[in-house]
Amino acid sequence: MADRHPLFKPLVFVGGLIFGFGLGFSHMARPEVVVNFLLFEDLGLPFVMFGAAIVSGIAFALLPRIRDTAPLTGSPYERRLKPFDRNVLVGGAVFGVGWGLSGICPGAAYASLGVGNVTILWALGGMFVGAYAQGYWRSRSEARDAAPASAD
Amino acid sequence: MATSLVLLQAVAELFPNGISRYAVGGLLVGLGTVVIYVGTGIPAGASTFLESTLSYVSDQSRFQRYVGSRDWRVVFTAGIILGALAFAATVQSGVVTTSLYEPGTTGQLYEVAGVTLWTTDVQPWRLFLGGILVGIGTRVGKGCTSGHGVCGVGSASKTSLAGVATFLTVAIGTAQVVAALGVSP
Repeated sequence: MADRHPLFKPLVFVGGLIFGFGLGFSHMARPEVVVNFLLFEDLGLPFVMFGAAIVSGIAFALLPRIRDTAPLTGSPYERRLKPFDRNVLVGGAVFGVGWGLSGICPGAAYASLGVGNVTILWALGGMFVGAYAQGYWRSRSEARDAAPASAD
Repeated sequence: MATSLVLLQAVAELFPNGISRYAVGGLLVGLGTVVIYVGTGIPAGASTFLESTLSYVSDQSRFQRYVGSRDWRVVFTAGIILGALAFAATVQSGVVTTSLYEPGTTGQLYEVAGVTLWTTDVQPWRLFLGGILVGIGTRVGKGCTSGHGVCGVGSASKTSLAGVATFLTVAIGTAQVVAALGVSP
């Protein structure tokens, strides 16, 4: 990690700037607009999510054919494929309840702070509490599962 | 003629703010993702930041597994915040005007040092309680709207498509119930 390319973090920062500008421009940083979509009062939201997915999908499909590895990390270009299990559905459902209640998701919450929405600190605080709670619980159960093996 | 008018009216009702601000915003979100991917090979999602940042203050094994990426994830989030601030200082403040941007009527605008900022009317208890569930659900479910919704769907990942279908359906149901109970904003 220490010998990462000097341009690694600046590039991530520039990517974040564009990403955040887009979340502001699209009004995804406004919980009201997300809730209005979920109530079918303004169906614009899929243009944001799927528009972004199409743009990244083109890059994910093309880059592996052009180059083998990324210039700043030497990592191979791979798609984002995660193994499916019950957690995807359980976690997705819990996230869905939270998203439907609050109208805000993590990236949009960071952007919301940027457009001046100080009140969103309630949601950001909640997200850290939730992430900590599940991490604490899952760290404990992993340690418990590993314990019999390491006990001897 | 009459039918096309009815159709136009229906479309206008479904998209009261048009679609250009959504489509342009989505293209920019995608572009930000691509910039990072081209340089680093990383399809970056936003919610891992929550756990990776907790690794600075907690030695729980779930958080410590993200020690290697926590620094750049802080940089990514700082970029998102400042990018949104740049939007506020330009387009939201009216310094840069474009017909692609529809300002809408949600929330409250206020000014600080010549910059037009915005704040939500959604009640804090909804944000806090919803935030807790978002924090649990995105981490247990392996991704959020950017990880699954943008990078995962862009990868045609079946796991992500299942994740997106799940959280979208449940969120619609939840918002409908909350509204039916008379909670607003």
